[in-house]
Amino acid sequence: MATLLEVKDLRTHFFTFEGVVKAVDGVSYEVEEGETLGLVGESGCGKSVSALSLMRLIPDPPGKIVSGEMLFEGEDILKIDMDDMRRIRGAKMSMVFQEPMTSLNPVLTLERQLSETLQLHRGMSREEARNESVDLLARVGIPDAERRVKQYPHQFSGGMRQRVMIAMALSCNPRLIIADEPTTALDVTIQAQILELMKSLTNEFGVSLIVITHNLGVVARYADRMNIMYAGKIIERGTAREVYSNPRHPYTVGLLKSVPRLDLPRRAKLDPIEGQPPDLINLPQGCSFRDRCRWAVDKCATEEPPLMLMNEGHWSACWRSDELGPSALDFYADAEMLEGATNGGSAADSEPEEEN
Amino acid sequence: MTTMTEADQRGNGASPENDILVEVKNLQMYFPVTAGIIFQRAVAQIKAVDDVSFFVRKGETLGLVGESGCGKTTTGRCILQLYKPTGGQVVFDGQELTSMSTRQMRVMRRRMQVIFQDPYSSLNPRMTAGNIIGEPLIVHGLVNNKEEYRERVAELLQNVGLNPYMADRFPHEFSGGQRQRIGVARALSVDPSFIVCDEPVSALDVSIQAQIVNLLEDLQEQFDLTYLFIAHDLSVVRHISNRVAVMYLGHIVEVADRNEIYANPLHPYTRALLSAVPIPDPVIDAQRERILLSGEVPSPLNPPNGCVFHPRCPIAIDSCQQVIPELREVEPDHWAACIQSPGYGSY
Repeated sequence: MATLLEVKDLRTHFFTFEGVVKAVDGVSYEVEEGETLGLVGESGCGKSVSALSLMRLIPDPPGKIVSGEMLFEGEDILKIDMDDMRRIRGAKMSMVFQEPMTSLNPVLTLERQLSETLQLHRGMSREEARNESVDLLARVGIPDAERRVKQYPHQFSGGMRQRVMIAMALSCNPRLIIADEPTTALDVTIQAQILELMKSLTNEFGVSLIVITHNLGVVARYADRMNIMYAGKIIERGTAREVYSNPRHPYTVGLLKSVPRLDLPRRAKLDPIEGQPPDLINLPQGCSFRDRCRWAVDKCATEEPPLMLMNEGHWSACWRSDELGPSALDFYADAEMLEGATNGGSAADSEPEEEN
Repeated sequence: MTTMTEADQRGNGASPENDILVEVKNLQMYFPVTAGIIFQRAVAQIKAVDDVSFFVRKGETLGLVGESGCGKTTTGRCILQLYKPTGGQVVFDGQELTSMSTRQMRVMRRRMQVIFQDPYSSLNPRMTAGNIIGEPLIVHGLVNNKEEYRERVAELLQNVGLNPYMADRFPHEFSGGQRQRIGVARALSVDPSFIVCDEPVSALDVSIQAQIVNLLEDLQEQFDLTYLFIAHDLSVVRHISNRVAVMYLGHIVEVADRNEIYANPLHPYTRALLSAVPIPDPVIDAQRERILLSGEVPSPLNPPNGCVFHPRCPIAIDSCQQVIPELREVEPDHWAACIQSPGYGSY
């Protein structure tokens, strides 16, 4: 597979009165053609800022991309001027935002909003754009598209609006779609519908997809590879299968152990990561996770661990990565975690497999 | 799967009648839709909660799950009498609440409290954490002097894992998880026996969610609390609840013990809901069966006839369009409202 996008040492900082917020601080990754990449982290870890940086939509001031390279189809899109960037945005790279309620213009019909991109980037006439809009809505599964296209955003439910956003993102046959928390505002059953739709559309058109989320389940189900971010840096990356089964960073282990699992017997206690994420203005020296880390040693306070290669394509930024792995993920490490043998059998096969 | 796993039902085995703390009977909450500018008249009704009955036993946690707009929050608020229900009864520890006067209700509120979803908007930004926590103490006259007040606030802060010196700080100086702890401390201040937790962890990051869930469990043990835990995250609900009730469009469609409902879901909606939750493990998740529901939740303004779930139901038959299925105990301690669930009987 060819590499579609290569981000090298991207740094996006915000210059505020209180100091410099290093929202993204030295992030490198690449996106292959046709793959789905998950970008995981908690609020404030820099995952949304790194996506906005890709689109060069960082509000300046106070934000600024201070260094880095972003090679999109071989061209550094950080160096091109804003007019050229505008031609790429929406046409070759597009974005699906988190809030389907606020990212559509409430005073324009969907037809107007969908046609705008089509007329601008694909040079269609108004008539062509109108027909194409109807096709697009039908493609993302909106029934009665002919009539619905003339309606306003408030006449659509949250799930339907997110479908419209996806239709808009797809409208110019982009090479890359960045979906920033595409389903966070939606209910679980609708979330499943939207994600299945995105997956099938990206497969159908060979589009690469970056999914930004804090939901570990969503990444497990839909991503080929994943990056885990903490305090502005990628701390672990690899294929989803590898990272989930063989996590090598204490933060990844902590995240996986802090969520209750439907498929496993109930634990008596959850295993949270203690403490709070650090302040991005005053990042501690050394590893920024060390205050919350169970494995921290003296070295972590002085030297910041770089991303180190573990296995083929699996990287982790921890001095003690070699000691982690599947064994660290033992959900029932404490004997008291297991809550009586009675629960064991029933929950493990909690699948509704019978007649429907 | 008819036998219940008794081992993990803390103290639920004893005589069920005396054990019940909160009982909701045929609760209805209809909101009027009005038209007109000066002379407003009701033109329609939103049936947010329609004929809901359930009970919560002393010391247990009942999870209430469903999608947004299904009426779970409204149910919680009706129990606390924050809304005056359109119909039905709420019995708290033997006393009927819906017919109580405001004054009588104020006394009852000392025994029932609420924790809200959004720790960013539910705390008054102009009050210090100490005053937020201490306000109920003054309102209900639970302290006699300033010294007692300060001591009690400090004690409450410690109960929820904050430091007493934080009493002088304002909400904006706290992180989301810490704010939710303040909300918990305020609910605890009047020493209640029942707390409605309305999506208390939904707005928090995953690593912080686990901290709050553990805190709620510890406090339940320490102060002998009963929870109604309202949430849409099924894995969290399964973790914290003893029993789980599933709501859809104003109706409860299934109630069962937490292990039973996940191992043996009887209602097609429960099954779809469970299968929609992705498991954070790609290998295991790929093996799961998915039931993708088509369409969306219909509007409560104009709910479907018969079973409200039938337009989206993968196993619906003709009768589902006519019969409104009542919640029946189809297996011991397992209620379902689906005419096709085994053991439902004639309809």
